[in-house]
Amino acid sequence: MDNTNTNRRKRMKQKSLAIFVLAMTILLTANPALAGSIVIKGSTTVLPIALKVAEAYMKQNPGIKISISGGGSGNGIKALIDGSTDIADSSRFIKEKEVKLAIDKGSYPVPFAVAYDCIVPIVHPSNSMINISLAQLKDIYTGKIKNWKNIGGPDRPVVVISRDTSSGTYEVWHKKVMKKTRVFPGALLQASNGAVTQAVSKNKNAVGYIGLGYMNKEVKPLMVNDIKGSAETTLNGMYPVSRPLFMFTPGWPEGDTMDFINFLLHPQKGQKYIRDIGFVPLY
Amino acid sequence: MEYITGINRQIKERMIRIFFFFVALTSTTILVFIMYFLLTEGLPIFNEISVKEFFFGHYWYPTDDPPDFGIFPLIIASIAVTVVSAVISIPLGVFTALYLAEVASAGLRRWIKPVVELLAALPSVVIGFFGMVIVAPFLQEALNIATGLNLFNASLMLAFMSIPTICSISEDAIYSVPAELKEASLALGATHCETIFRVIVPASISGICTAVILGMSRAIGETMVVLMVAGGAAMVPGSIFDPVRPMPASIAAEMAEAPFRGEHYHALFATGIVLFVFTLIFNLFADYIANRYRQVGASTL
Repeated sequence: MDNTNTNRRKRMKQKSLAIFVLAMTILLTANPALAGSIVIKGSTTVLPIALKVAEAYMKQNPGIKISISGGGSGNGIKALIDGSTDIADSSRFIKEKEVKLAIDKGSYPVPFAVAYDCIVPIVHPSNSMINISLAQLKDIYTGKIKNWKNIGGPDRPVVVISRDTSSGTYEVWHKKVMKKTRVFPGALLQASNGAVTQAVSKNKNAVGYIGLGYMNKEVKPLMVNDIKGSAETTLNGMYPVSRPLFMFTPGWPEGDTMDFINFLLHPQKGQKYIRDIGFVPLY
Repeated sequence: MEYITGINRQIKERMIRIFFFFVALTSTTILVFIMYFLLTEGLPIFNEISVKEFFFGHYWYPTDDPPDFGIFPLIIASIAVTVVSAVISIPLGVFTALYLAEVASAGLRRWIKPVVELLAALPSVVIGFFGMVIVAPFLQEALNIATGLNLFNASLMLAFMSIPTICSISEDAIYSVPAELKEASLALGATHCETIFRVIVPASISGICTAVILGMSRAIGETMVVLMVAGGAAMVPGSIFDPVRPMPASIAAEMAEAPFRGEHYHALFATGIVLFVFTLIFNLFADYIANRYRQVGASTL
């Protein structure tokens, strides 16, 4: 008797807990597509683009509220699949597995390339190097080349500066330069483009890599395989360390979302902000 | 009439009791929740890899395919920066405290103590920036080393941060040594210096140890400074001028982009548990010493 009583109580407890969880879920995942609002989630690489363009867009369309959060490409696409976002920022193309999941949930993800990312190797201005090959870069970042004189530079040790492995910039480097081999453990880690620039500008032995838009006079960019990293070489596909950045929508966008995407892709509207924040615009 | 106010007073008293009970309960509950959260988010990593691989693996490549989650170099880095910073901060902090409590005039003490404590008010990001922009290039030039962002630089900055803690707490301990002890020592013909080192320091040793341990626990948990200044190479350092990557730096740099509830995410939380255990040990130890070697009383006429 006692036993069944406690069991029942336990069941009731479980039931009320289930109701509570359900209520919370409904509250938290409430339909984002309210009239006049757009939700954007995803890649922190694309985040500054979304922020800047949304700011300009909201100034022109005061009735529309855009809420933007980071969280990474993977999380953005996850939110797209769950239906908890209108736009997912992503610094990579969607994976086949993710497309399948989205279709199972009833939406077909539509990609829009919104800008290009161009990663440039940088050294201290006193370094005499001008050009470096992809293979040499890889050897530096795997720790095989330890002195600049081995690749025609001054007789100084190489101090390798890399980004935290979770960053979008590292992802490009890892894929395009390292060909998915590992950066050796002795590489220094900095947590932002700004910090890498800062560290390289203060160290004459250093080599690092940053997004084209973060380039300043205190560091010296290197050509890669005799090609200078620039907007032009990125767009015509000559420069090897670059990639497109995407926004995904669940199905072909409609209403406010469509309007926002049109604004973003317009050469005189959204695209003119892209260069200001360090990326390469589409045109 | 008297009777009713008596009841009112009792009720009021009860209300106040209940209020304080709930205030105390709130902070404890929040703490318990945080610990629970830390454990539930961190422990699942051990479904993926063994405890031994996690603690003694030499490679930290969380985003590779397949990933490696060895935090051995991170643990060593955390211990190394803490120990080196302690070597710098303990003498500076304790001797400053001795000077303030025993040697300096009251007027000077009124000025110097707030200044030292002001060091504690410096945001860690400011200290980190100072280390990165001023100290790192200086070390690199002066010592002719490959990079100024290294274990030594980070330890130096952490020492700056723990000196106020160490100094302030040990100064309180030294200052509260009963005057009779000091007077007795001087009366027996000991010099001021002998009195300080043979009487005052032993009498306040528990307070000084507590101060040192709390200072070190501040250093081991400090994040911004090590993120900016330690260099961030996930390897076991060969010298104090090698770049290192302490645990907090790794967590701070990677957490923002780690996929939610992925292996990497769990591994970072597990690193957080390790860090938590470290600071917990430090604090328990400080507590133990504070009770164990307490100077109990002094006899006077």
